Parts: sequence; C-alpha cells; structure tokens
Amino acid sequence: MAEIQVMKNILGENDRIAAENQAMFAAKGVYVVNLMGSPGAGKTSVLEKTMEKLKDELKMAVIEGDLFTSKDADRIERHGVPVIQINTAGGCHLDAPMVQKVAQQMDLDNLDLLIVENVGNLVCPAEFAVGEDDKAVVLSITEGDDKPLKYPLIFKESAIAMLNKVDILPYCNFNMESAKEDITTLHPGMKVLEISCTTGQGIDEWCDWLKKKVAEKKNG
Amino acid sequence: MHEMALAEGILDIALDYAKQNEAKRIAEVGLLIGEMSGVEQESLRFSFDMLVKGTIAEGAKLVIKDVPLMGKCSKCGKEFHIEHYDFWCPECKDGVLTTISGREMKVEYLEVD
Repeated sequence: MAEIQVMKNILGENDRIAAENQAMFAAKGVYVVNLMGSPGAGKTSVLEKTMEKLKDELKMAVIEGDLFTSKDADRIERHGVPVIQINTAGGCHLDAPMVQKVAQQMDLDNLDLLIVENVGNLVCPAEFAVGEDDKAVVLSITEGDDKPLKYPLIFKESAIAMLNKVDILPYCNFNMESAKEDITTLHPGMKVLEISCTTGQGIDEWCDWLKKKVAEKKNG
Repeated sequence: MHEMALAEGILDIALDYAKQNEAKRIAEVGLLIGEMSGVEQESLRFSFDMLVKGTIAEGAKLVIKDVPLMGKCSKCGKEFHIEHYDFWCPECKDGVLTTISGREMKVEYLEVD
C-alpha cells in the first residue's frame, strides 16, 4: 500500500476550460454575465426586459440553458437577438465545456454583451464557472425570504441579486427587509435590486449596471 | 444535485494519478470538502460507489475531511470561523470577512496498491 499526494481540484477541469473561455471573451472585449435562479424566478422575463432596453444600444447575444426544450430560446428569438440553445438533457447546470462549444460558433467580434441564462436551479450553477465576468441571481419573492440563507453559495458568488415580482409584494408573505439583511450579511456590499418585469420597476437600474460593466470591459 | 458530476471528477483524477504511479488498485480516496461547498456527502458517496464499478477503484473507500469555513477580517486582520454565513467581522464594526477556507472540493490523496 502506498500513499500518493494529489491535492487537485475536483472541478479543476471545468475551471481550466472556464479560464480558456474567459480569455477568449476577454480577447474580444465581450462582457459575459451568468444569469442564475430557480425555475420560475423570472430569468427569461428579465432577459426579455433587458433586450427591450438594450438591444439598440449594445450588440447582445444570449446562450440559453434548458433541460429539454427550446421554449425560452423561442422567447428570446422574438426580440431579434441572436440566441444559441444548449439542452443539458437533464443536467442541472451549464458547464464550461458546453459554453465553449457554442461560443466558438458565435461572432464574438460583433458582440458587447453575452448573457448566459443558466438552467433553473439555486444550487449547482453556482459551483460551475462557465467563463463569465460576473454571476447574477434572480430570486422571486414568491419563493420566500428564507432562500438566501438556505442557498448561501449562489448569493455569495453573485455580484448582483434581483428580487423579482415585487409588484405582488402586498399579496406575499415576504419580508423584504429580512431578505435584504440576510443577503448583505452573507455578501457584504452586494448590489440588491427590487425589480418587477410586469411594471418595469428596477429594470433601468439593472440595465445601467450592465452598461457600466460592458463599458469597463471594453476599456480593458 | 451535481454530486454525480463531482464523483466523475474525483474518479477521473484518481484514475489519472493511479496510472501515472502504475498502481494496480485504488484502495482509498481522500477528499477535502469545505463547509460552504454545498456538497451532499451521502449522495456523493452513492454516486462514487456506482461509478467505480468495473474500474481499479472498485470498492475504494472515500474518506472525507471537512474543512471549516474561515474568514479573515479586512480591518483587524483576525481570522474567525464564519457562523451562520455572517461575513461581517464579529469584533470590528464594519470589517468584512474574506473567505480563506471552506470552499474546497479537492482530492487530497490516494491509497494504492
């Protein structure tokens, strides 16, 4: 019997390819955001609002992660923004090799902003880097104010949190103050926005945040 | 939920290192798993035991060492165990704790024949 010292990252191979993706996007000055959240949190609705606001200002594209269908990709396509669908066939998250494969077919020279909509899930996507600059998380208030502490990693890893569906706050048992306090306890200084894709509340702030990030990336 | 993907990563690393060292059998795989890694250990063991069947790691023991979630304060520089995911320094008023351990997911060692 012999012992072999290893000390190797279990997700090292994914991280290596994510770094390759990051270098590929950086070389073209493309800002990449990995949009995560539960099924039904409103990720695709946020994307639709974002496209309405920004598609004439920025050159955008979307990578759409979905378990089996192209329902979300169809919604994106209606806005005239290039979209590539990745079906994970039951896989609970996108990983770096999947994104690399499709990103290689994209016209990165003609792109400012790439939004990767991850598979609906509050757990796994946070562990798997895909080559993004930032992660963003959407949590809808109908999911409950206890979710940040129940799923701390996704809130710790994300640069920005959007609390969606605030137009129905009066009908929900959601304590906004306590949710925000939990988020900034586990991620001090995190940007937290109250948004509604129905009324448009907070969407400008999110789009301004994206525009600033895109500009920073362009200027190196 | 992604424990099967992690188990695949573990097995790939184990088989790779065993091959490099010309091992005939892998008896034990040691892991370092951070408190904030979100790994469901029972499910990881289950996935690993399924995957190793028919490989030189069949029957290998998975030994998991838990790594506590520790942070270092940006102001006072002291290190603390992070309780209840509270990343504010328990001693300074507005110091923020930067994670120094507790996010690990590593293969630490192998025991081979």
